[in-house]
Amino acid sequence: MLRIDCPFCGPRNHDEFTYLEDGSVKMPALANSNKNAWYEAVFLRENPRGAHIEDWHHTQGCRMVLRVKRDTLTHKITSVVPAHPEYKKMLASRDKPVRPSGKKSAGARAK
Amino acid sequence: MDGKARVKRYSALQILKQGLSGHSGWQPAWRDASPKPAYDVIIIGGGGHGLASAYYLASIHGITNVAVLEKGWIGGGNSGRNTTIVRSNYSMEGNTAFYEHSLKLWEGLSQELNYNVMFSQRGHLNLFFTPAQRDALARRYNTMRLNGIDGEFLSREQVEKMVPHLNFSEEARFPIMGGFFQPRAGTARHDAVNWGYARAASALGVDIIQNCEVTGFIHQAGQIVGVETSRGEIRAEKTGLAVAGSTSLLAKMAGLGKLPIESHKLQAFVSEPIKPFLDTVVVYSAYHGHFYISQSDKGGMVFGGDLDGHNSYAQRGNLPIYNNVAGCAMNVMPSLGRVKVLRQWAGIMDMSMDGSPFITKTDIGGLYLNAGWCYGGFKAIPGSGWCFAHTIAHDSPHEINSLLTLDRFKIGRQIDESGHGPFPKSH
Ligand SMILES: Cc1cc2nc3c(=O)[nH]c(=O)nc-3n(C[C@H](O)[C@H](O)[C@H](O)COP(=O)(O)OP(=O)(O)OC[C@H]3O[C@@H](n4cnc5c(N)ncnc54)[C@H](O)[C@@H]3O)c2cc1C
Ligand SMILES: [Zn+2]
Repeated sequence: MLRIDCPFCGPRNHDEFTYLEDGSVKMPALANSNKNAWYEAVFLRENPRGAHIEDWHHTQGCRMVLRVKRDTLTHKITSVVPAHPEYKKMLASRDKPVRPSGKKSAGARAK
Repeated sequence: MDGKARVKRYSALQILKQGLSGHSGWQPAWRDASPKPAYDVIIIGGGGHGLASAYYLASIHGITNVAVLEKGWIGGGNSGRNTTIVRSNYSMEGNTAFYEHSLKLWEGLSQELNYNVMFSQRGHLNLFFTPAQRDALARRYNTMRLNGIDGEFLSREQVEKMVPHLNFSEEARFPIMGGFFQPRAGTARHDAVNWGYARAASALGVDIIQNCEVTGFIHQAGQIVGVETSRGEIRAEKTGLAVAGSTSLLAKMAGLGKLPIESHKLQAFVSEPIKPFLDTVVVYSAYHGHFYISQSDKGGMVFGGDLDGHNSYAQRGNLPIYNNVAGCAMNVMPSLGRVKVLRQWAGIMDMSMDGSPFITKTDIGGLYLNAGWCYGGFKAIPGSGWCFAHTIAHDSPHEINSLLTLDRFKIGRQIDESGHGPFPKSH
């Protein structure tokens, strides 16, 4: 079982989450009509053996989409932050968010 | 070393002769070759696809100066880790003819290779639980029949007659409505397929080189003219890639760039051996459960389910799918409840963005690609080797694999059986 340290809920088993997709892919702007840009974003993947940025939905928790950095060979997770930049900013700007356990959240640790 | 003349055919007479002489005269099934400095063709990856490609290069196209380079031992990848289901129930142009061609090769494979691959046409039963599933399957099996491929509709009563110990309770969470059956489908012995192709290829002069990891490519004037390996440089005019879950890594080394592929792990399970219990392949997919099961000749119940779901290069599985598969098993075949699971393992799949494979030339001269097998490439081994050998020998695809190209994504010709859109998780 992977343990994902949700910045909102704390560490949880990964079967509470739904794996979404490669989180490093940037879709072109909607007005962009360059076919190749869309082809690359929709179909091509880096598929690294090593550090991978990916999105997980905390389906059975806070229902936030999280951006996780995980090694695809060791499965070690090194960072979990909200995927939405506004939430990420909000968490980062809060003064040391504290969980009931007193531990700092992963959201605050990962810049 | 020329192994050609000295390979003894396996036969009843041989067994008798060897039996009388204390089995001291058997020879190794293939030559454990060391690399030569150069070959006509190099195949990277000693799984079923690589070995079959080498065999057909030698047997059909007369190209015998071939090396298969395997970083570990042959059949140590997915070709030795799968649940061995062989079928040809595909409905999209590009897949239909290809998988049927492969099934036809399976039907004569043991004779052709002079090696018992234990191909058993015990049939493949796809259960359905909803009218929508029935309609989708009816469309698929009708398409198959129009293409001359066998497929039958079975009512709930007919399914019950065929496999009486499925869960036919009225209170079942998902009551079985019926099934679609492909009688010519079945299972085979995975190791035997790898070893059979290796032995037959080696007998024709192919070098099978184990413990030889490809670590780079030799480029010359925009072409690939050989590879760097853990056992030195090896040159060849043509190089074929058949490395399943490692495809993206080698493609990057070769300069192919990003591919429409992600690497994912798939688990399989086998139970303690039990008496004959199931004489066909049963597939169950209801809502979020997916489960397939057959019984091996040793008696073990061999079964599996869906991908773990997150990208991975680790050949080990995770608990949630274990739970999911066990839940499915109890749902469809509750009598399995007291059977113990003996072993569980995983392999790394080359999941393509439309669920269909690639057997194709690439944009780089001298480099050919065989990949994207998702979790259905075992059945494809004979057909894939046959088509890949043709593509390499003629420097152009056979009609059968002409649609299995990389550029299909660019031109909007995806072969998307499940209608999912770009989603590297179809099987
Ligand atoms: C659990 C599981 C269940 C499955 N069930 C089924 C099924 O029921 N039916 C079905 O049709 N398919 C099934 N499959 C899929 C099928 O097993 C694969 O698609 C098929 O075996 C792929 O064969 P291959 O030769 O392409 O790859 P592999 O057998 O994986 O061979 C690739 C080889 O390349 C080697 N390699 C990698 N990198 C290098 C390098 N740098 N240098 C040299 N060698 C290298 C690897 O060591 C490996 O041996 C299943 C797969 C798994 C894991
Ligand atoms: Zn949460």
